[in-house]
Amino acid sequence: MSAGASSLPLTSTGAASPLLEVRGVAKCFGAREVLKSISLDIAAGEFLTLLGESGSGKTTLLRLIAGFEQPTAGEIRMAGERLDTLPPYKRRVNTVFQHYALFPHLNVRDNVAYGLRVKNTPKAEIGGRVNEALLMVKMTEYADARPSKLSGGQQQRVALSRALVNRPQLLLLDEPLSALDANLRKQMQGELKALQREVGITFLFVTHDQEEAMALSDRIALLRDGALEQVASPREIYARPATAYTAQFIGQTNLLRGEVRGGVATCGALRWPVSGSDGAAIFSLRPESIPLAADGAAPPDAVRLRGVIRQQIYGGSSELLEVDCGNNQILRVRIPACGPLSGQHEFVFSAADAIRVRE
Amino acid sequence: MYSRLYKAIVSAPPLLWVGFFLLLPYALMFVHSFWAVRDGMLVHEWNLRNYHTLLSNPVYVGVLFRTMRIAASVTLFSLLLGYPLAYYLSFHAGPRKELLYQLVIVPLWVSYLVRGYAWKTILGSDGVLNGFLQYLHITHEPVGYLLYSPFAVVLMLTHIYTPFVFLPIYAALEHIPRPLVEASQDLGANPRSTFLRVILPLSMPGLLAGATFAFVLSLGDFLAPLLVGGPSGTMIANIVQSLFGAAYDWPLGASISVCILIITVTLLFMTERLEKRWSFK
Repeated sequence: MSAGASSLPLTSTGAASPLLEVRGVAKCFGAREVLKSISLDIAAGEFLTLLGESGSGKTTLLRLIAGFEQPTAGEIRMAGERLDTLPPYKRRVNTVFQHYALFPHLNVRDNVAYGLRVKNTPKAEIGGRVNEALLMVKMTEYADARPSKLSGGQQQRVALSRALVNRPQLLLLDEPLSALDANLRKQMQGELKALQREVGITFLFVTHDQEEAMALSDRIALLRDGALEQVASPREIYARPATAYTAQFIGQTNLLRGEVRGGVATCGALRWPVSGSDGAAIFSLRPESIPLAADGAAPPDAVRLRGVIRQQIYGGSSELLEVDCGNNQILRVRIPACGPLSGQHEFVFSAADAIRVRE
Repeated sequence: MYSRLYKAIVSAPPLLWVGFFLLLPYALMFVHSFWAVRDGMLVHEWNLRNYHTLLSNPVYVGVLFRTMRIAASVTLFSLLLGYPLAYYLSFHAGPRKELLYQLVIVPLWVSYLVRGYAWKTILGSDGVLNGFLQYLHITHEPVGYLLYSPFAVVLMLTHIYTPFVFLPIYAALEHIPRPLVEASQDLGANPRSTFLRVILPLSMPGLLAGATFAFVLSLGDFLAPLLVGGPSGTMIANIVQSLFGAAYDWPLGASISVCILIITVTLLFMTERLEKRWSFK
């Protein structure tokens, strides 16, 4: 799997030609290179998430697609036509801004109608479409309210409705849920996903929250320091991370550093058979892939290890253990809740679950 | 909690200040406007004759209307100069913003009188502008109506009050969250439409404040007409000045002042209401 996404098949929809093509796009602010030659395809109807830490360049990429910034190099195409040369008001792209950016001098209805009015949509059509868009986000009863009178979640809905009423080909969402409290956030995630399925519009969603990305996306594009680290479906990116960074950023993992020689991987006290080239190697082993060794039959490729439990963190349905395997090798292990444990125990993992990753 | 004594001590100076330097003079002015002058002496004889004279004498009414016309022109021209300037600085000046801002503000540090005399040397018969026009052979002899005319007064006051108009507009524009401008473009509005539908409405409070500054300050100005106005550029404050000075008719002067005050307060009240309508906090 390569970090450049362009060679990847579009696993989510299998559409022949992508809706949005980002080709070798780079962006510098002065001497600072914020994006380094990004290539990425987005299929029509897809929910793609740009995931990354702050400063990784995800918002910059979004702003390049919206037209608020110009790329230093590369090009962006939508439905086959050049997009990056158009001013923002000529792009069939709408944005949901991080802090909503609702017009304070207009009520909810006029905010939603804004896009239709400036494009001289017939008056008769505007009313109906605005009502429909408000109904979609359940904000009909607030149509006459000023944005300042609404809660964060309500403003969020209005912002969504204001963008969707224009029936864009592509909707850009810039951390739209980050200003909401945790419960509302979960609820809005569900509604957002349902809404996207309902309207069938392509969503490009920016977030720094990997759980959010996992819950919503068809595919995740993980950005690191302005370059794409990996682009894959949530399940694939979790199960088969390409790099140590991806493995650590998405979910929890144990990174085992060691070497491969003659078909055997050696990491501290652990040894197991692998295929692959010889040399230094890093393996990612998820905590939940290391159960307690049961008395029953273990899988044929099982690797057994003994360790002393140093710490146990109770998490309701599961327990997170820190197991000392000797030689300063500490493994994090997640097992179903089982009551307090102490002393030495035997654990087991399948060699296939130790994923060799790049640095 | 602060003690009552502490509160009294803290609030006394401003209250005394307002009382002695604002309310008391206004009260005296108001009372004087109902008194009279007989044989060069002020007599405390309550009457409405001053107001009657003021409203029936075409000279006073004429000058009052001219004053309002000049103030309105100054307001209009300072807005026409100040708004685009503020808009450019706030949205398009980039790294030159600070420097340009200082350049707009610097004239405020120069004495009003110096700026007034500067206009005299520019507009006078042997002034810079006439010299230039003759040098270009546009005119063959000095143009007299440049100086000592309502035109000169409007020009000088516009020059002086444009920074006062610029400042509140600039502040209002700077307070417009930039994502709103981006949201407007994102929704398909071209730059002109974005300006008319988002930027202009959101800068209205600043525009109103600036317009009020220009109008009210021009309305009471007496130095500009004194320096560059001439007889045809006399404004109402010059009349008040002469009534309190050489003409020695304090009651009539006071009644004119009361009229100006009423106009001003009415205007301030109206703009206050308008500004409330245009603020969306």
